Amino acid sequence: MRMKLPLRAAFAVLCLLPALAFAADAPAPVPNKGDTAWMLTSTALVLLMSVPALALFYGGLVRSKNMLSVLMQVFVVFSLISVLWCVYGYSLAFTEGNAFFGNITSRLFLTGLGDPFKGEWSLGATFSKATPIYEIVFVGFQATFAAITCCLILGSIVERIKFSAVLIFMVIWFTFSYLPIAHMVWFWPGPDAYTDASKVDALNASAGYIWRMGALDFAGGTVVHINAGVAGLIGAFLLGKRLGYGREVIRPHSLTMTMIGASLLWFGWFGFNAGSALEANASASLAFLNTYLATACAVLSWTFAEWIIKGKPSMLGAASGAVAGLVAITPAAGNVGIPGAFVIGLAAGVICLWGVTGLKRLLKADDSLDVFGVHAVGGITGALLTGIFNAPSLGGPGSVQDWVTVTSGYPGIAAQLLIQAKAVGITVVWTAVVATIAFKIADLVVGLRVTDEQEREGLDINSHGESAYDY
Amino acid sequence: MKLITAIIRPFKLDDVRDALSQAGVTGITVTEVKGYGRQKGHTELYRGAEYVVDFVPKIKLETAVPDARVDVVIDAIVESARTDKVGDGKIFVTPLDHTVRIRTGEIGDDAL
Repeated sequence: MRMKLPLRAAFAVLCLLPALAFAADAPAPVPNKGDTAWMLTSTALVLLMSVPALALFYGGLVRSKNMLSVLMQVFVVFSLISVLWCVYGYSLAFTEGNAFFGNITSRLFLTGLGDPFKGEWSLGATFSKATPIYEIVFVGFQATFAAITCCLILGSIVERIKFSAVLIFMVIWFTFSYLPIAHMVWFWPGPDAYTDASKVDALNASAGYIWRMGALDFAGGTVVHINAGVAGLIGAFLLGKRLGYGREVIRPHSLTMTMIGASLLWFGWFGFNAGSALEANASASLAFLNTYLATACAVLSWTFAEWIIKGKPSMLGAASGAVAGLVAITPAAGNVGIPGAFVIGLAAGVICLWGVTGLKRLLKADDSLDVFGVHAVGGITGALLTGIFNAPSLGGPGSVQDWVTVTSGYPGIAAQLLIQAKAVGITVVWTAVVATIAFKIADLVVGLRVTDEQEREGLDINSHGESAYDY
Repeated sequence: MKLITAIIRPFKLDDVRDALSQAGVTGITVTEVKGYGRQKGHTELYRGAEYVVDFVPKIKLETAVPDARVDVVIDAIVESARTDKVGDGKIFVTPLDHTVRIRTGEIGDDAL
């Protein structure tokens, strides 16, 4: 049985039922109930990754005086981006436009998704021909991706940033970095459009800039993790260090919550990665097991490396290893075989440990919760290794090279690695520029930091007027 | 009257309380405190950040006793709190001017 593992890409609007543009005598394909059920489930799983998983993971790592500010930032940013997604975000990311943006009017306020009264629904493509899913399911699934990506950045800027500055930054960065990167990497016309060799060039030209290059990003190594990780580092530089950083003891107030958060992230990530197959099929199953295995590998490699280098295996290390493994396997999930999952997981644990220690010292920024060291470094590790372990000779599935005949192939390790590196490079530069501008604008409008007195006393009392704990 | 303040290891609290009961002490006040003396702290490592935590958790125990009972009470604490290792703690004795039992208004030794 040939495993069908196409390029991780986006979604294409086919057309409104019942006027499907298939051959007149063939019955129009309808969404499979299993696919629909799986994608709805995955969407809810990815929501869980932000609230409460990421909020608890981050919240446990700050001092108790700032606990609520972290929970609040995650909760509200998640909601803000979800709303913006439904207003204009989805339309800009996942409709046909140019190489960088979709068309803002196509799905503005989610118009055109169907008519509930008539029971007619717009359908979108998956990675299999004649296997559509309801577009409205895809809108929700991708909403949770946009929202968690923005929330990830918060880890770099916590314990000192103004709440209003967070919101201003997020609106700008989401619009000008998340949306175009998602469009560039994931938007394509869908497999059903590829009916004839003569149409291929025009169809490819309508896809996103990075998708056209043949870059592999199953669930968001570039779009989510590198995008957010680099933006976080920029924020840490522009915001400056927390008061007392490097001189006073600034330690996590509850690694118990951090462990709970990391575990819930692992759980929710099955929706993130396996859901990115867009179907309940073999690709989703492979992505699921790779996500499971690589994460466990990264827990072990981080833990043992820390034990050897630092003397003790720490709970924070194990939890960080899990997140590093999850991040690194994200672009690879359905794009590599089991051997790839072993290597990517083991590599991510050790490389990200370096990311939060040696590399962090070199960078000299107070990237408070190591968003860059884990998400950008892990994302780059995963994105590059995806290019290697996609190779059929290394147990990988290759990728579909011809969507007319749905024929898989692999351009060679050097060629694919170069494509992956270009995708990483474009993402790093793009998000760095947008993040810099977005933080500068927030600084001009409201200022980035709370006052020193407020920072000393804590953001919970000063920004939100409440305390996390009554003791 | 004297106020006896003892800084002891947290895990010795039950032993000390039992010994004080045997010595006739009818009431003590206990506070969880942190401090440092000759006992060294420890280092904690959170990813790349290493902190030396100088302050060691201790229990501060206070009891007021008549002058005649001071030596007995001190002996009871010393015997029950001692492990012979650095960090066993200290006992401070301070004079007490006045004591009042709030419920009855009794004063002095009667209030103890």
